[in-house]
Amino acid sequence: MSNTAQYDVVSIRNDFPILGREIHGKPLVYLDNGASAQRPVQVINAIAELYENNYSNVHRGVHTLSQESTNLYDDARVSVRGFINASCVHEVVFTSGTTDSINLVAQSYARPRLQKGDEILITHMEHHSNIVPWQIVCEQTGAELKVVPISDKGELEMDRFAELLSEKTKLVSVVHVSNALGTVNPIKEIIDAAHAIGVPVLVDGAQAVPHIPVDVQKLDADFYVFSGHKLYGPTGIGVLYGKEKLLNEMPPYKGGGDMILSVSFEGTTYNALPYKFEAGTPNIAGVIGLGAAINYVQKIGLGAIAAHEHGLLVYATSKLQEIEGLRIIGEADQKAGLISFVLDAVHPHDIGTMLDAEGVAVRAGHHCAQPVMDHFGVPATARASFAMYNTFKEIDVLAAAIVKTIGMFS
Amino acid sequence: MENLRDLYQEVILDHNKSPRNFRKMEDPDGFAHGNNPLCGDQIDVYIKLKDGIVEDVSFDGNGCAICTSSASMMTLAIKGKSEEEANALFGSFHHALTEDAEYPDDVPLGKLKVLTGVKEFPVRVKCATLAWHTFDAAMKKLKGEITTE
Repeated sequence: MSNTAQYDVVSIRNDFPILGREIHGKPLVYLDNGASAQRPVQVINAIAELYENNYSNVHRGVHTLSQESTNLYDDARVSVRGFINASCVHEVVFTSGTTDSINLVAQSYARPRLQKGDEILITHMEHHSNIVPWQIVCEQTGAELKVVPISDKGELEMDRFAELLSEKTKLVSVVHVSNALGTVNPIKEIIDAAHAIGVPVLVDGAQAVPHIPVDVQKLDADFYVFSGHKLYGPTGIGVLYGKEKLLNEMPPYKGGGDMILSVSFEGTTYNALPYKFEAGTPNIAGVIGLGAAINYVQKIGLGAIAAHEHGLLVYATSKLQEIEGLRIIGEADQKAGLISFVLDAVHPHDIGTMLDAEGVAVRAGHHCAQPVMDHFGVPATARASFAMYNTFKEIDVLAAAIVKTIGMFS
Repeated sequence: MENLRDLYQEVILDHNKSPRNFRKMEDPDGFAHGNNPLCGDQIDVYIKLKDGIVEDVSFDGNGCAICTSSASMMTLAIKGKSEEEANALFGSFHHALTEDAEYPDDVPLGKLKVLTGVKEFPVRVKCATLAWHTFDAAMKKLKGEITTE
């Protein structure tokens, strides 16, 4: 917690208007950031200013507004490149979110390459969005989906990963930070092992980019995907980072305007990267909002955010462990940003309603990760997930609300 | 949290803690699996029907307090009732929680009334009605009707 002295959580909170809200007469304690974070006024204003001053379609007109919108749009791509340290701007493809990005890779990269007998390797802790697109592509091609198991601590069984990775593997797709467990996976180790036998790796970074600095070149990730709305940006916008060589080899995923150079009924020439994958009028405000969110996060500093959140995690873990009848699901050595838990006496769904009455917003459910729930033998969990604006006092409110909940149900 | 007493009344908490007719039935006449994919509630409902009378009804599975207690109370409410009476009770119960005109409000709710506080918590209405929909599906299956439940 050495960084806490310089970390001005009060002024950060002041940037987030929604944090001033009351819920059932209590101050909002927003701990559902893993589902979606809130937006700072800088993001809200960037979008408002766009619509009030600069808005028009991008890459179209020669008129002033179109040029201004295009400049703002292109600036945002530059921000994303810097944020993940891609080697060039056109390796950043805008999508509608992590799910869209994974589906793009599944259909455009994997599908043409897969044959019967080939394998896609994922893990037991994937979000449904990193399971179902691969099941679909396996059905289409006759390839097989292989799954790396997890331990009772909620960590990948790396020796099993080594066994499952083989010459049959055509792609590894793995989550960086588990949304249900908080586990930070050894991504660099996974990528190095896969690359040693020439297998590319997709990293689902939806839960990682808000919490830990990511450098796609250092990781040597082939594809890295994430969403805007968990990163304090708008919904409906996400990123597919892909190595230039791989993206160039891939056919377009969707056809339409902006992804072409010329169209005739005899044939069409596709546009260059990244436009080849961005058919149709894009989510202009979403992209510009995402750029503003990234600029905001970088102003605070991901290192400082990570340190603050680690402090929250350590504190919350010790507070929750003190509560009798509470079991934390996911106890990996390397964790980021969240705690999943169950209570002996209270179903997670009831926990969600009870905590809401105290102003505390948590997620209750299977977190779109049913295989993880099955592994731990629970139908669902409650999940408190942290963001840069959460405070130690809010953890106390959470703990007290849980104790009160147990009291009511016992 | 005190205002949640309307939702989590003592009777509901009691049924949640010790649900009645909470068992898998060997050799049921009717059976259906109910699933709320949004929250993960899953229950199975078993029926024994004799001469149009619900001779026995039980459930098992995993759900929240609202889901479990509603299922428990449902078994008590419909055991010994005729098919028509059970259906009418389903209609009234559903109507009380959703005000959906498709469900006729024909019969008094009796002890089930304690669950109507759920109406103030729209996201939890599905928890309270899951058992009833599953019962309805089991009855329809039993009679060979096609159901989308």
